[in-house]
Amino acid sequence: MRWSNRLIAAGLLFISLFAVAEQETLIFDNDTLRERYLDLTQQLRCPKCENQNIAGSNSPIAEDMRNKTYELLHLGYSDDQVVSYMIDRYTEFVIYQPRLNWGTVWLWLGPVLALLLGGLMVAWLARRSGTEPPDELSDDDRSRLQTLLDKDS
Amino acid sequence: MSKRLVFFMPLVAIAAMMALFAFALLTGVNPQEMDSALEGREMPAFRLTDVNDSQRTLTEESLDGEPYLMNFWATWCPSCKFEHPYLNSLASEGVRIIGVNYKDDRELAVTWLRDYANPYDIDVFDPNGDLGFELGVTGAPETFFVDSSGIIRHRFQGPIDSALWENKLKAVYDAME
Repeated sequence: MRWSNRLIAAGLLFISLFAVAEQETLIFDNDTLRERYLDLTQQLRCPKCENQNIAGSNSPIAEDMRNKTYELLHLGYSDDQVVSYMIDRYTEFVIYQPRLNWGTVWLWLGPVLALLLGGLMVAWLARRSGTEPPDELSDDDRSRLQTLLDKDS
Repeated sequence: MSKRLVFFMPLVAIAAMMALFAFALLTGVNPQEMDSALEGREMPAFRLTDVNDSQRTLTEESLDGEPYLMNFWATWCPSCKFEHPYLNSLASEGVRIIGVNYKDDRELAVTWLRDYANPYDIDVFDPNGDLGFELGVTGAPETFFVDSSGIIRHRFQGPIDSALWENKLKAVYDAME
């Protein structure tokens, strides 16, 4: 390897050290808190950037929300309380998992109802085609059929 | 006969969905738009200082009295600069505006208000965005319409101009008591 290449490689390695270091600057009281922080920042959606969670966004508001999450966790808030705190200020826009209420209950009931309806429809169609009476042959048809059969043999 | 109708039901369902999507596309439903969680609620408690005087404490009670607009602005925000002249003209028409200098530098804010004139009845200094967070602010400019009993009636995101004011926001302001 040429020296210039080595130099570049060393430089990149050096930069990557900083990239890791930046994420590690938060100090947690214990590992459980760290886990919960990482989990919550993955779950909360950034209000300013479409479909990015606050862990993955560099927008100032996502940073504020990460800081607030860290602060609230160290104040002894439960995960649910942290999420409620965010919803109180930033609406349900900031959660990916919708909360159960009269408006959203259809997200769960809808598929069940559709499956039920489909099942009923299939059952109904199957029953109908099963019970359909066989076509009665007229005398004319019978004689024609007999002629055809006779011709064949 | 009715059996054939049953086979058409998936088609009907798909047509209904396409109609819904077409409606969303044509009427310009914006998926980025977020309602305010604060509308209908009281102005949250805060304790901050005055932009012009770091010794002067301001709280939510300092704002009570008559209806006001609470405008979040910053010197780092280009749309705030665009909006500023219109806020000046609103203020001269007698609209009471409270300014919240959001995540900014005190000296820069003071210079700005001196250079571009100050439309604000009261200047709140919120360097860390604490009041902003309480109000669900995601950026500047953002304007809250608050009535005389301290209830937030409306939140508007983005710069206000004369067309927006005349067509939409003036009615909201006039309706407040």
